[in-house]
Amino acid sequence: MSISNAIPGASAAATQGASPLAINGLSVAYQKKPVLRGVTFEVNEGELIGVIGPNGAGKSTMIKAALGLIPAIGGEVLVYGKSLKSQRKLIGYVPQRESVDWDFPTNALDVVLMGTYGRLGWYRRPGAKEKAFALDCLSKVGMADFADRQISQLSGGQQQRVFLARALVQDAKLYFMDEPFAGVDAATEKAIITLLQELKRQGKTVIVVHHDLATVKQYFDSVLLLNVELQAFGPTETTFTQEQLQHTYGGRLSFLDPGSLVVSGAGGGGGRP
Amino acid sequence: MSNFFTMLADPNMRWIFFGCMLLGLSSGVIGSFTYLRKQSLVGDTLAHAALPGICIAFMLTGVKSIGIFLIGATLAGIVATFGIGYITRHSRLKQDAALGIVLSSFFGLGIVLLTFIQHGDYGNQAGLDKFLFGQAAAMVGSDVMTMSVMSAFLVTICALLFKQFKLISFDPGFAKGLGYNVGLLEQLLMLLVVVAVVAGVQAVGVVLIAALLITPAVSARYWTNRLGTMIILSGAFGALSGALGTWISSSVSNLPTGPVTVLAATTVFVLSVLLGPERGLLAKRILQARVKRSFLKENEVLHTASGDRMKGETAG
Repeated sequence: MSISNAIPGASAAATQGASPLAINGLSVAYQKKPVLRGVTFEVNEGELIGVIGPNGAGKSTMIKAALGLIPAIGGEVLVYGKSLKSQRKLIGYVPQRESVDWDFPTNALDVVLMGTYGRLGWYRRPGAKEKAFALDCLSKVGMADFADRQISQLSGGQQQRVFLARALVQDAKLYFMDEPFAGVDAATEKAIITLLQELKRQGKTVIVVHHDLATVKQYFDSVLLLNVELQAFGPTETTFTQEQLQHTYGGRLSFLDPGSLVVSGAGGGGGRP
Repeated sequence: MSNFFTMLADPNMRWIFFGCMLLGLSSGVIGSFTYLRKQSLVGDTLAHAALPGICIAFMLTGVKSIGIFLIGATLAGIVATFGIGYITRHSRLKQDAALGIVLSSFFGLGIVLLTFIQHGDYGNQAGLDKFLFGQAAAMVGSDVMTMSVMSAFLVTICALLFKQFKLISFDPGFAKGLGYNVGLLEQLLMLLVVVAVVAGVQAVGVVLIAALLITPAVSARYWTNRLGTMIILSGAFGALSGALGTWISSSVSNLPTGPVTVLAATTVFVLSVLLGPERGLLAKRILQARVKRSFLKENEVLHTASGDRMKGETAG
């Protein structure tokens, strides 16, 4: 399907200064119903971006379609100005924890090593160099002592950290994380946010599907409000406002205390310095 | 044991023995992946779907050859796979129901064709009906040679693509993200299942081959937490079942080799469930008892300690 509203010359802008992720008119439909319609945005390099929206808004769908995991009925995805296919090695991915069977016969280190498969070629197995790097990444998420542990014997938070270590091993520039904070304990939440800050310091771009509205201001530089269509996208201070949230969630937020959620005043003097 | 060596002294029996071992080995290896991908029933469906494929291949060519049967079974397997996919995508049915529909309709068609062949004037059709439950005794040297080539092919592919098969079995979404063509790899796994089914059709038959795809893999899972070890064990359990099946059926007259092989695999499974370390029933019982004992002991120590303290307090 061709894209009617493509930015002219977007593909030609394959320069060094191109955005880590430029999505143009991305649409996805299951059966006949569109679950994602004409989403267009462009992220800045080195930012932590939260993807926010009610259940069924298409947050995971957007990430999966951007990664090419599910077919889109229209739209274009450019990673650093080039097609997704040619830029796979620049992308790291943390799927939802529930998407796999944790009773699989393997240990934590083995799962992390899967992140190296992309650059190993078809027949090479991970060697000593890859193992050392994987162990390094496991210790970055505080899981070095669990390398040999069968994955079913890890807690939910530990499993999530194994997934994060696997993404770190990918050594990517652009990361997609699908609800990494879902159902984890405080220790893991802290480990994840430390890691996100570290990635940001290294100039990486991280896109995170997020559910907990109370922590959005604290965690993310930019937010993307989604409800089938893109509702708003921009710096957290100016975008994560009561008004925009009402717009995105409909009336469903009215029972929450608005003051605890949004930056005081839409212009945003509060929040981060 | 002398029985065992007299069996091997007979060249015919030797072929059957090796044939059944090879079959157990290859179905054990590929079965590990289908089991971990929760597709054990897909293997069963592909096995049943192979029957009409084999019958049509025979009707068209009039030749009983494993190579031609492989083509027929593969084509039927592809149609069956598409059928399952089509039903799950375009109806509200879940995969188990789709599998049931495809399995039974293909098998029904197979039986119809089989009867048709037996009552039609196809020369040389003798033995085709044995594909239902298999007849290992009918295997000859050339059959086993073909089986060896098929098993070698299957094991080599699994060894070369171990990394990829492991990844798509654990996390196909992540595999796609890395740029692997997951659909193609899945089709390749399906093709290898069909290879194992066709290799086993003479010895065990299409009905029971599913047992050799599932049982050794499930048994192996009880003994290890490593995928590589599990696959090697599963292949070994399959080969052992084949060996036991041939041996037992050759020492007792009138016992069919295929079904005895399946029963041998089941025995290995029961032993694994009971005796497997960590996951086995016995190991779990022992662990529970140990935890309970140490808990009680700790409690006792705690009680006495607090009791002493209380005594001390009243005394002071």
